[in-house]
Amino acid sequence: MSSNSQKKGFGATIWDYLTTVDHKKIAILYLISGGFFFLVGGVEAMLIRIQLMKAGNDFLSAGTYNEVLTMHGTTMIFLAAMPILLAFMNAVSPLQIGARDVAFPFLNSLGFWLFFFGGVFLNLSWFLGGAPDAGWTNYASLALASEGHGIDFYSLGLTISGFGTLIAGINFLVTIINMRAPGMTYMRMPLFTWTTFVASALILLAFPPLTVGIFFMVFDRLFGANFFDVTMGGNTIIWEHFFWIFGHPEVYILVLPAFGIFSEIFAIFSRKRLFGYTALVFATILIGFYGFMVWAHHMFTVGLGPTANAVFALATMIIAVPTGIKIFNWLLTIWGGSISFTVPMIYAVAFIPSFVAGGVTGVMQAIAPLDYQLHDSYFIVAHFHYVIVGGVVLAILAGTHLYWPKMFGTMLSEKLGKWTFWFFFIGFHLTFFIQHFLGLMGMPRRVYTFGADQGWDLFNAISSVGALFMAIGVIILLVNVVMTVAKNERVGNDPWGDGRTLEWAIPSPPPFYNFAQTPLVRGLDPYWIEKMEGNKEGMVYAEPLGDIHMPNGSFIPFVISLGMFIASFGAMYFMDDKAWALPVLIGGLAITFGSMLVRSLKDDLGFHVTKEELIADNERIQREARALEGGKKGGLK
Amino acid sequence: MDLNKRYTPQTWPDHPETATLEGKNKFVGFWLLLAAETVTFASLFATYLALKDKGPSGMEFSAAGLFELPLVFAMTMILLTSSLTSVYAIYHMKNHNFKAMQAWLGITVLLGLAFLGLEIYEFNHYVHLGFGYTNSAFSSAFYTLVGTHGAHVVFGLSWFIALMIRNAKRGLNMYNAPKFYLAALYWHFIDVVWVFIFTVVYLMGVIG
Amino acid sequence: MAHDTHDIHRSRAEFEFIKKKRAAEMRGQLTSFAMMIFLTLIAFTLVAADFSTYLIVPIILLLAAIQVVLQLYHFMHMSNKGHGMMAFFMFSGMFVAFMTIIAMVTIVWW
Ligand code: HEM
Ligand SMILES: [Cu+2]
Repeated sequence: MSSNSQKKGFGATIWDYLTTVDHKKIAILYLISGGFFFLVGGVEAMLIRIQLMKAGNDFLSAGTYNEVLTMHGTTMIFLAAMPILLAFMNAVSPLQIGARDVAFPFLNSLGFWLFFFGGVFLNLSWFLGGAPDAGWTNYASLALASEGHGIDFYSLGLTISGFGTLIAGINFLVTIINMRAPGMTYMRMPLFTWTTFVASALILLAFPPLTVGIFFMVFDRLFGANFFDVTMGGNTIIWEHFFWIFGHPEVYILVLPAFGIFSEIFAIFSRKRLFGYTALVFATILIGFYGFMVWAHHMFTVGLGPTANAVFALATMIIAVPTGIKIFNWLLTIWGGSISFTVPMIYAVAFIPSFVAGGVTGVMQAIAPLDYQLHDSYFIVAHFHYVIVGGVVLAILAGTHLYWPKMFGTMLSEKLGKWTFWFFFIGFHLTFFIQHFLGLMGMPRRVYTFGADQGWDLFNAISSVGALFMAIGVIILLVNVVMTVAKNERVGNDPWGDGRTLEWAIPSPPPFYNFAQTPLVRGLDPYWIEKMEGNKEGMVYAEPLGDIHMPNGSFIPFVISLGMFIASFGAMYFMDDKAWALPVLIGGLAITFGSMLVRSLKDDLGFHVTKEELIADNERIQREARALEGGKKGGLK
Repeated sequence: MDLNKRYTPQTWPDHPETATLEGKNKFVGFWLLLAAETVTFASLFATYLALKDKGPSGMEFSAAGLFELPLVFAMTMILLTSSLTSVYAIYHMKNHNFKAMQAWLGITVLLGLAFLGLEIYEFNHYVHLGFGYTNSAFSSAFYTLVGTHGAHVVFGLSWFIALMIRNAKRGLNMYNAPKFYLAALYWHFIDVVWVFIFTVVYLMGVIG
Repeated sequence: MAHDTHDIHRSRAEFEFIKKKRAAEMRGQLTSFAMMIFLTLIAFTLVAADFSTYLIVPIILLLAAIQVVLQLYHFMHMSNKGHGMMAFFMFSGMFVAFMTIIAMVTIVWW
């Protein structure tokens, strides 16, 4: 039984995390592993920028460049951005709806470990004969021609981690549908929870096409199928469709939670209710739907025919409308607010112009004839970095500062945070703004070098300097984290002082059962309402204090994922006629299915936290809070 | 939740599958999974349609020449009937009649096994004709689509059997009622997919 | 998560009523089953009778759709109350499914 108060040995802590089903601890696991992969992807980015620093550079060979480029994109999207957002979703959205846990705590843990092992598998390619080199889009004509096992690492690794993501999506959907506290109607849900909901719905419906496409890839490469092999009647365009039917919703899976984080920040630090809450919610839902109708804008130059191009161009332009609605709502939330420029707020304010710039280039690319010029040039690279870095990564950095106290009970330094911000923000625009012009000047993307006579030297050099700035920003953030952990100055429930939603009504970090009593929600921004009414107790409760039912921890998710990890090696070396490949494949699957069987046959009914334990725990919390008040005041002011 | 709590038909709730929060969560989550499965199968159908009759030049196989309707008709009838028998099983589950439920599930499993046997026979037959998995884009798409459905049948049958054996001694309770309900739901979904398979793959295949 | 079911104690009459209602429902299920079989028979017969392809294809697709509706709404109870959200997600899934299939039968070979 986990309890935050008692000190545990190192081994016991590790075991606790290996077996935890607590959404708050799983959030920390996601944050650490996502953060690690973010650093890996960042190093890869630096390698790319070093190679492109000057004309004719030979820092990376052409082949290595392809690998680094592919792994950078794949790592950043699948192993860094999504998991870190899942960390925040796990840490915050169950609290925001007043739930004691997610709907499927066991599956939550399974989702994490699948992602983790998938990511590790993918990255092992560096040490086992070479990484994938067909781009993060892995187009079939390149992928089938790629030698070695790089592509197989890609497909098997993403299959495993994709299952993990799908499980996470279903989990959040059910949690939000079924486990909202009394009074928490859909139209009272905080925007971060809403975006979690819609992003999860996109995961639910967008990951299956990717999984199917990847399965075809695995079967084509390893088991002699012919889906993409033109000489055998296959068609390589099928891959492109599946990839983008997934791929476009994927960009919204990333950016919607980012929107959610910024919506929270704007409201908190303007000390105002979100302007146009209803419009923001419906814009989110609308974006979710449109997200599935525009994928072919990535394929304008494939030759789908003028009708298809026109239809998809139009649909793509329409999607900018709900996005624009959101921008205006945020601006009007700030308008007339009593603003405090904390680090999260600075990120949020910086996000608006950056993201708008990315949206505008997006609409430009949506004009199919123009896209014939822009496609596969650095203009595209500039566009998607403006939306992904200017939208998603800024949100991740902002969210790290905003939710750090809720997740760890300490505050990141505001001062270092501002240094990180300025380095990162300036570096970001320095790196990518100029790439628009490189693109217009004709520099193609995904090419490992360029000639001195092409006139691209200066702009590339500037771009590389910008990347260095971003790296410095990230290093300062790491220093910040280390210092904060070392200092370990505890904070109270509402360290920002202006929290509006339920997560700020309980201790930081919350006890493992979250809410001793389920709160009663009386409107949008429920905690703010109670504060305004001078409620001393913090919240109104929907139930008397009583026993709480909690799930047991389990090691099985780890084992299930490990089995898939092992089986993947068997599948991959199968085509090399290695004698051990088949036994390894079967053995791995046996581990997976065996542990699933154990799980389903063994009853696991969880345990109860008794009323007495709750009362004792509450006294401890009160004591700690008083100590905090007596000593240095936690929080900002 | 108390596993040892005994119910009678009088105290058994109307909707045992959603009577507890755990049950309700499983129930909603499972439907969402079915929505994802819908997209999965749609992707497989879409690929099949794109690659139907496509192969290396001079390929001798085509849907029109390959498929035989009598076998497919038999498989269809068997699977449809098994869908009905699983409805009977759930009917008895709701009436808290454990024995009858197990019996109908048993029949469902037998029908499912019969279906599976015919499918294996069919695949085996095609392979002997030379229409192997690696023969052409058409063969890869066909086996992957129909085979994925077959894998679902295998999973559904294993699920039924595991549930029947696991609970044979202890009867129905609030903990396993949702599981029986969902396994039956899964079985219906398998039937839904088959309806499209016999229509799109076999019937539309035969008419060319 | 501690909310277990509240204990139910039905009166004799109540119990008999519910049982009857279930039995009536079951008869309804049998009717749907009969219809499914019937629709299947029509589909196979149409194909066996060798009508024009352009006639058969839309008809058998329609028959399949009807059968699926029967499965979803009767066998799988999607019309019952408390299924609203599920229906929403199923239809969203069908929408994505539809887009995917349309794309693959129209624009992949261009
Ligand atoms: C206003 C909304 C947007 C529009 C109209 C739009 C439009 C486009 C178009 C037409 C392309 C294809 C360009 C080409 O390859 O020729 C593209 C590429 C891309 N977009 Fe967007 N986009 C929008 C928002 C976003 C967002 C929010 C993200 C991510 C958070 C995003 C991420 C990407 C990525 C990653 C690519 C490049 C994919 C690749 O080829 O590797 N876009 N966008
Ligand atoms: Cu797109």
